[in-house]
Amino acid sequence: MDHFPTNWGNPRSEDVDNYNTYPVASHIGKAPHSVTQIAGFGHAAGHPSTHTQQPVVTGTSVLGLKFKGGVIMAADNLASYGSLARFRDVERLHKVADFTVLGASGDMSDYQYVKHLLDTQMIREYNADDGNTLETPNIYEYLWRVMYNRRSKMNPLWNTFVLGGISQGKSFLGAIDLKGTPYQAPSIATGFGSHLAQPILRKELETRGGEENITEEDAVKILKDCMKVLFYRDARSMNKFQLAKITEQGVTISEPLSVETEWAFAEKIRGYGA
Amino acid sequence: MTSRLPQAKGGFNFDNHVRNSAMDGKGLVLPKATKTGTTIVGLIYKDGIVLGADTRATAGPIVADKNCEKIHYLAPNMYCCGAGTAADTEMTTALISSQLELHRLSTGRQARVVTAMTLLKQMLFKYQGQIGAALILGGVDVNGPHLYTIYPHGSTDKLPYVTMGSGSLAAMSVFESRFVADMEREEAITLVKDAIEAGIFNDLGSGSNVDVVVITSENVEVLRNYARPNERGVKEASYKYRPGTTRVLKSSIRDLVTKETIQPTSLEAMDTS
Amino acid sequence: MFSTYPGQVIVDHPVKVPIEHRFDPYVDNGGTLLSIAGKDFCVVAADTRQSEGYSINSRYVPKSVKLSEKTVISMGGCYADCLTLTKRIQQNMEWYRHAHGKTMSTAAVAQMLSIMLYQKRFFPFYSWCILGGLDEEGKGAVYTYDPVGSYEREVCRCAGSASSLIQPFLDNQIGFKNQESERQTLALDEVLRITKDSFTSATERDIYTGDYLEIFVITSDGVQLTKMDLKKD
Repeated sequence: MDHFPTNWGNPRSEDVDNYNTYPVASHIGKAPHSVTQIAGFGHAAGHPSTHTQQPVVTGTSVLGLKFKGGVIMAADNLASYGSLARFRDVERLHKVADFTVLGASGDMSDYQYVKHLLDTQMIREYNADDGNTLETPNIYEYLWRVMYNRRSKMNPLWNTFVLGGISQGKSFLGAIDLKGTPYQAPSIATGFGSHLAQPILRKELETRGGEENITEEDAVKILKDCMKVLFYRDARSMNKFQLAKITEQGVTISEPLSVETEWAFAEKIRGYGA
Repeated sequence: MTSRLPQAKGGFNFDNHVRNSAMDGKGLVLPKATKTGTTIVGLIYKDGIVLGADTRATAGPIVADKNCEKIHYLAPNMYCCGAGTAADTEMTTALISSQLELHRLSTGRQARVVTAMTLLKQMLFKYQGQIGAALILGGVDVNGPHLYTIYPHGSTDKLPYVTMGSGSLAAMSVFESRFVADMEREEAITLVKDAIEAGIFNDLGSGSNVDVVVITSENVEVLRNYARPNERGVKEASYKYRPGTTRVLKSSIRDLVTKETIQPTSLEAMDTS
Repeated sequence: MFSTYPGQVIVDHPVKVPIEHRFDPYVDNGGTLLSIAGKDFCVVAADTRQSEGYSINSRYVPKSVKLSEKTVISMGGCYADCLTLTKRIQQNMEWYRHAHGKTMSTAAVAQMLSIMLYQKRFFPFYSWCILGGLDEEGKGAVYTYDPVGSYEREVCRCAGSASSLIQPFLDNQIGFKNQESERQTLALDEVLRITKDSFTSATERDIYTGDYLEIFVITSDGVQLTKMDLKKD
């Protein structure tokens, strides 16, 4: 039994690591060769390594929301090693350009590689000094091609990226996953956030009548509420996160924040039934 | 007609198990049970329990029923929302409902919610998850309001607010951001409605309307289709076929009236001696 | 009588070999598209929902793109592949324009698309394509493809997640299949009504279709786009 409702009633598969325990529990009940395999970075069960790897140190959800005059993004500071909360001070929001921020969920080493790629590209553009700068949609297109080409080589970068920014007076918010699927929307949430935060974000956009009716203060409050819900229900999340704001004034990435949480109800809970 | 073969007295019949596993081994694709994507929720408020459910039943990518009922009657003071395999949720709740009624008649007392919960979890545990029923059980008894979730493998939770089904996370996001203890009736119903609607609009396995059931120590209100946020628009054209659209391949006309002439043979009086 | 119980092992399953986890580069992003050719017009329509599993990625991701004043392409399947293919078509059309000083005709784009799909025969683009437009004589033309480039000109075609729901309806209403009445060529307003009804009905029964509908109408005056709402559940 697991907490994925779609799996209920199906036989359990030993080949799928639902609880994302890899690599911590990768040796349990496995043949000796898998333990001694170099670094064990093959498959969940430690079978012979193929071209494709799987994420090792991972970051959970990234959120993004458009508001009047800009875009706001949020990601917590945790990088997990399977079920272990391994690094608690990782920054998953990165300023790529003057008006562009990249947020990453998924494998953290792949994220650092992509950060390097984008930074290199930005330096090249700067050195060219031809009067052109890469704006958010251009960076998005480039990132999409990187992701799509890696999936086509059957060697994907194991991330879902969110790119937020402002270009030509218009706000931009888009996501790209490990298969190179690009999509733009007024609100975006990756990973567990797509199940838990996206409903809240969409509802707020709908009741307020679109992004034009959301102020910066509203947007901050909405994202903080979402981060709280994620902290309550996503076991790979942490109550320490950063917000990135992109407006015509440029990019500001906040210091790590936390939200007030409520646990008093736990006092009243007794057992699980009889 | 009576059979010479011994008849099963009840429960499941495994006669075809050997045949099916042999055929399965030879590559036959066995039929799969209908599994429904669903959003079901429940919460405890000041005076009792509010249960909620969407009304979409799916068979793979196809919507099988646009307005089905997922909140099942269990006892006069208890209702049960079902997610998972449609047949399993329906038969399981019907079976336990029957047992609760017999229990009520033999004890002469209203059944307790914990009794229903125990019957359900013991049955589901016995079948080791093979019965794909994920349930939310809510009711009010002598001990007050009770709300349980019961998973297909037989584990249970007892919490002030719960969600289940493929839209459970969407619904839970609403509860986690807006639930407070001891809500008023209207507040509680609105929160349940919003939680179900979060499932309807964000989870493809859930859709159509919102069903609500409110249970208090006094009475039960079944608010079928409490909200209908997805009315179908009017069709642009009419698709009525004109007579003669379908070709007549052959015709044969038969006279179904048989005419008979009855001739009385005698008019003697009946012998009544 | 022969009987058994679930725990009793009668037939041994073959030894289970661990399933190797290969990366699956494809994903089905759902959605439905259709195109209908008229006497002097062509209609191309598609919903705008992009989904993955039971989740909606975005409610508005257009599947159709205007390629020229006479041609519109619409694609469903794996959106990453579809967008890549669309961009390649657009680039090739631009090269053609620079090389020959004219815009590619609908028939030429149609032929080219078939070749582009077949070029990736052994690592196909997972895309269901429908090309709609006007031919050299100004008549409506619909070209349909399978993911590896087999193509055909037709009068009407629906592809994508609700294709099995809509295609029989189109065969009956546009192609007059199984109808004794006189076969007729439909006017634009009738075709638009049938198109809208196809999508509102598909939205009722297909979980991957919904949110918004985009309808492209191609006439000798050019390409006109209209948008309408679909249900969002």
